[in-house]
Amino acid sequence: MMGVHRRPDVRLAFVIAVFVLLALLPFTAGGYALDLITKTMIYAIFALSLELLVGSTGLVCFGQAAFFGIGAYGAVLWSPQADAASLLWLLPACVGAAALYALAVGALSLRTRGVYFIMVTLAFAQMAFYVVHDTPLGGGTDGIYLNVKPVLGSVLDLGHSGVFYSVTLASLAAVFGGLALLLRSRFGRALAGIKANEQRMRATGFSTYGYKLAAFVLAGAIAGLAGFLFAVKDGYVNPELLGWHLSASVLIMIILGGLGHLRGALIGAFAFALLQEFFKSEAIFGAFAKHWSLGLGLSIIACVALLPRGLVGVPALLRERLFGTRRATVDEVIDGGV
Amino acid sequence: MAASDILLRGHEISRRWGGLVALDGVSLALRRGRVHAVIGTNGAGKSTLINILSGEVAPSGGRVELLGQDVTAWPQPRRARAGLGRSYQRNTIYPDFTVFENCRLAAQARTQRPWAWWQSAQACEASSSAAHDAARRAGLDDALDRSAGLLSHGQKRQLEIAMCLATQPEVLLLDEPLAGMGAEETERMLALLATLKAGHAILLVEHDMDAVFRIADELTVMVNGVVIASGEPAAVRSNAEVQAAYLGEQ
Amino acid sequence: MDLATFFIQCLNALQYGLLLFLVASGLTLIFGIMGVINLAHGSFYMIGAYLAYALAPLVAATFGGGFFTVLAIGLVLAVLLGYVLEWAFFSFLYQREHLQQVLMTYGLILVFEELRSMLVGDDVHGVPVPPLLAGTLPLGDVMTYPVYRLFVSAVCLLLAGAMYLVFTRTRLGMMIRAGSAGPAQREMVQSLGVDIKFLYRVVFAAGVAIAVLAGMVAAPVSSVYPGMGNTVLIICFVVVVIGGIGSIRGALLAALLIGIVDTFGKVLLPQAAGVLVYVLMALILLWKPDGLFRAG
Repeated sequence: MMGVHRRPDVRLAFVIAVFVLLALLPFTAGGYALDLITKTMIYAIFALSLELLVGSTGLVCFGQAAFFGIGAYGAVLWSPQADAASLLWLLPACVGAAALYALAVGALSLRTRGVYFIMVTLAFAQMAFYVVHDTPLGGGTDGIYLNVKPVLGSVLDLGHSGVFYSVTLASLAAVFGGLALLLRSRFGRALAGIKANEQRMRATGFSTYGYKLAAFVLAGAIAGLAGFLFAVKDGYVNPELLGWHLSASVLIMIILGGLGHLRGALIGAFAFALLQEFFKSEAIFGAFAKHWSLGLGLSIIACVALLPRGLVGVPALLRERLFGTRRATVDEVIDGGV
Repeated sequence: MAASDILLRGHEISRRWGGLVALDGVSLALRRGRVHAVIGTNGAGKSTLINILSGEVAPSGGRVELLGQDVTAWPQPRRARAGLGRSYQRNTIYPDFTVFENCRLAAQARTQRPWAWWQSAQACEASSSAAHDAARRAGLDDALDRSAGLLSHGQKRQLEIAMCLATQPEVLLLDEPLAGMGAEETERMLALLATLKAGHAILLVEHDMDAVFRIADELTVMVNGVVIASGEPAAVRSNAEVQAAYLGEQ
Repeated sequence: MDLATFFIQCLNALQYGLLLFLVASGLTLIFGIMGVINLAHGSFYMIGAYLAYALAPLVAATFGGGFFTVLAIGLVLAVLLGYVLEWAFFSFLYQREHLQQVLMTYGLILVFEELRSMLVGDDVHGVPVPPLLAGTLPLGDVMTYPVYRLFVSAVCLLLAGAMYLVFTRTRLGMMIRAGSAGPAQREMVQSLGVDIKFLYRVVFAAGVAIAVLAGMVAAPVSSVYPGMGNTVLIICFVVVVIGGIGSIRGALLAALLIGIVDTFGKVLLPQAAGVLVYVLMALILLWKPDGLFRAG
């Protein structure tokens, strides 16, 4: 008789540890590291949005950057030239715009399946890309600048890097926590069922199209939030923020981290960013550092070859190698995908 | 037979695929407390018929009535919520979930509440109790914590039935529930089906003739998309046309 | 637009479409037959173009050969590359899930790009049109059309014809067609005693060689630049998806369609040119969610 081994505590502890570390970082790290971690946290939010679709619902979207970019461009286009916009309406507006486009794209794309779905989502992302790239709307390839960063009354000034770090960290925590709750709720279990066997879900009485569309819109909104933060951080946006390279990168992040687990998106985003930094480091590689893509590419290949379940599979793999034990764990099934 | 006993009725159902006629003028009625078996050779149209009744395929002509309502235009999920359950020939269980979670998720279809995002699904009383109930009736209550993918074939087929029961349907469409089963597993499944008769109207598509004649109260024989005989099993069995077309050549 | 200009644009559309078809056919074969999504396929095209650029001076210096010698040597190198790559890398991907293949071949793109950067640099280059084909053909009174572009179309047509013959007239082609209809058919082909490993290696090497050849032939027409692999990759995926995965016929039709839409789009609606192809794909997929043709 196969027993059930529940290990939610270890995984939860890991996640909490990560957030504690991130909260303590500003007190120990310097400007460059802080900037890098801030950017990585934004990518982590972006990765979480895609994980909701790919890992939790089985919808491989190859156009997530469109929603990211819309959130980003919204932040710049709707901010006044010389004044700080109010976070109170700018943030919802950007997230709302991204969600709206996600609604349109999802409503049409979800009529297709498999590889075709992947390509249709890419098509819609490319459309958004070209609108920004080729029309005067988006300022063309040069991009546009954000002159004054938004504020929340006199309480929060996102122009201040410390404040911005906290806001980003809080957003990441909120998104992670919110998704964790969502995935173990009825809605989240329905998504898991749709991923496992959509036919059975329909035969049981779930109108799966509605669930998938809701997930798609929510993912688009979260991506829009990430894009908003990205634009505010650097004060600059350009069409590449809607490009397929970015869509591919965030997909790579969650596959690298491990699909089907929220912490996989976190791990993948950080691993991707840290790998890049490692290979770009001239201190380690000297003149060869300009060819950092090579190291990154080889690392990715090695990771997938050795870790078929992604980086989240490392503890289990180590357990197997060191202790020779293979335990069947059905914990993810019951506790949702943290 | 009172008309109110009829839970599902198919009326003059036909289905054409281009030039090919898969079904032509098929009618049948499912009554509460009775098992109505449909048999026929491969290509007789049994799969098409069950798909049209369940709502997965639209008919080219004819009507489907569920509990007195015309559901011909209803998609499958809507019919399922109205009390129509279906099991498949090839398992549609969730192999990575536990047996309990399989049943609970199926039961959740009755109390979906998708907006309650902060509530844990496991805390849902309604779906949990319906799941326990369905698993017990299907004989799986000692395997609740097991991973569904690791069950034996017979147990998986039981789980397939349990998932139908979890939504507390009135009508059950069972597509070859005995597929791939050995003698002992078949006995268990037949016993299960016998207990299910009481509350439901059951449509049974099967190839196992012995099982069919043991459990069926009504029998419909199809050949090439047309019903060639229908009624009490004994009568149908002795029908000359049926013997020639089907029962002779197994 | 007058008739001569229209005709020229038609020829351009044909040339572009046929070139796309060549690259896309390799992609759809590899995906359709081996079930492998290969993001690095565009890199082979890029490798071909850079080969045309880099080999020319070497070949000229060593044995005074010209463009066609470069083509021949490049082709041999490509087949070798494909063979070794399949044996050392891709053969491990068949069992993996699609998303893992995506990840591994993405890593391969990075590796190829960086190797190219280290060996040949990141500059944009032009490749001279071979003197034999450098002339122009008169069209009407005023217009002329470059002979080389016609040559490109001719080469593509020749290869397409050769592929058709191989598929329909040879045993190898029969095995390929049998295997491309899906994994169940693949197993059947295997159980009939066909050496699947050899078949896969041949198909893969052929796919690589065709893409490399396309890159070499296209080099004098389009410039040779670092991002060209990725650009062509995305368009090729669009071709494969519109045409239907695994379908050569579909890839041809889709490629020509895209050639027309893109070429005329650039002329008639320059602002919307980039997006038209994607609008086309979205429309077709919403009409036929499985692409124009099924495998075959």
